[in-house]
Amino acid sequence: MTRHVVARCDEIPPGGRRIVMVEGRSIGVFNLGGEFYALLDRCPHQAGRLCLGDTIGLVQSREPGSYEFSRPGELLKCPWHGWEFDIRTGQSWCDPKRTRVRTYPVAVESGESLVKGPYVAETFPVSVEQDFVVVDI
Amino acid sequence: MSAALAAPATELLRAIGPIDCDLHPAPPRMTQLLPYLDAHWREAMVTRGIDGLDLSSYPPGAPISARPDWRDAEGKPAAGLDSLRAQALDPWGTRIGILSCLHGSIAMYSEDMGAALARAVNEWLAREWLDHEPRLRASVTVCMRDPVQAAAEIERCAADPRFVQVLLLVNGDQPLGRRSLWPIYEAAQRHGLPVGVHAGSVYHHPVTSMGWPSYYVEDYVANAPAFQNQLLSLITEGVFQKFPELRVVLLESGFTWLPPFLWRVNKTWRGLRTEVPWIDRAPGEIIREQVRFTLQPADAPPGALEPVIEQMGSERMLLFSTDYPHWQFDEEGPLPAGLPEHLVPRIALDNARETYPRLRDIQV
Repeated sequence: MTRHVVARCDEIPPGGRRIVMVEGRSIGVFNLGGEFYALLDRCPHQAGRLCLGDTIGLVQSREPGSYEFSRPGELLKCPWHGWEFDIRTGQSWCDPKRTRVRTYPVAVESGESLVKGPYVAETFPVSVEQDFVVVDI
Repeated sequence: MSAALAAPATELLRAIGPIDCDLHPAPPRMTQLLPYLDAHWREAMVTRGIDGLDLSSYPPGAPISARPDWRDAEGKPAAGLDSLRAQALDPWGTRIGILSCLHGSIAMYSEDMGAALARAVNEWLAREWLDHEPRLRASVTVCMRDPVQAAAEIERCAADPRFVQVLLLVNGDQPLGRRSLWPIYEAAQRHGLPVGVHAGSVYHHPVTSMGWPSYYVEDYVANAPAFQNQLLSLITEGVFQKFPELRVVLLESGFTWLPPFLWRVNKTWRGLRTEVPWIDRAPGEIIREQVRFTLQPADAPPGALEPVIEQMGSERMLLFSTDYPHWQFDEEGPLPAGLPEHLVPRIALDNARETYPRLRDIQV
């Protein structure tokens, strides 16, 4: 696996996302309350641009007529057919056993540690003063 | 592919001794119901001259309402036990037959008259049919307009173990999943009574979503989309979540429409799940667990039947029915040609025993 520096941390605020190209793959990097997650930008259903979809909360129910809302912004809804995926795990909500979107390990690294390498920073320079989002691919 | 039936398979059926889940006695004339009405309603029926409460969905003279050779001298089919025995029970070696009386009490606007007449029909079924023929069971007749009184009637009839399901019509007053109807489902589940939803309408609304059709052919065929709509309503409103032990049996619904319907419902649910978050698994799975279909009418050419049943995804969903005296088949018999032979025992007997808790202990 190769470590790719894909963004400065402050470029993806909580609730935000950035879609980056890494080794020819489109990958969505999401910030959920300060934690970063990376998903392949390709819905396992029919290959739609999943990471362009709305982020929504999780709606569950104890019984008909009850709506329990939790985890705001932590699910990703494919813009093509509306399938929901858990950003933290890549798991499909409707078909968790068989359907999952590819996820990648993400870390936040200080510029100071990164300059020692090895890493790949394809689009911008790394500086020691800032923190960066690093995706392993 | 397993061997497919070359109809008629009468001997095979007779060897099994099937459970016929869809039999219709001729709706009683008012004179037949008077003994089972209380004094007020008896006088009301006589003084007001109320009679002829056949459902409009099955006009007595219409060809679909009775096979010609099953009509008596007056043109009436299934008017009595003798003809029912000779035409519906004996020919196929039927072990148990479930009577569903398609009577106008189901469709009454007047809630109290509907309840009184439904109760009388149930008493009439018990005294005039069930008491005289041990092979018979019956559906509880209820007036759909008033779910609370309907539940009370279910409660009353449930004391008699020969009532094995509740009868509703597919085109009632409202979508079948609505919560105002839940008292019916609650009572049915509590007493181990599947809810049978039969083709037909109470005619409080047009039978198509586009309005009133001109022809009977439209009316009859429109039952199939009505069943789809009602099945979807039962699912999305969460009836099967709220009543996990409830079984729904679609009677005279046809079943060959099910695979494409399942595909569309499952597909759309995946995108719109958050609307109905109580649906915690694909609707198709819920249908396979809790919904059953009677065999007649089987709307498919012989070669299509096996793939359709495969696509339904379960061998436990079809229940043998003749739909007697409705005209669904002639000399070829009630098992449609092309039915996989290895499924006949399941369809003829096992599936019904698994579906109807009150038939589980019958002698086989």
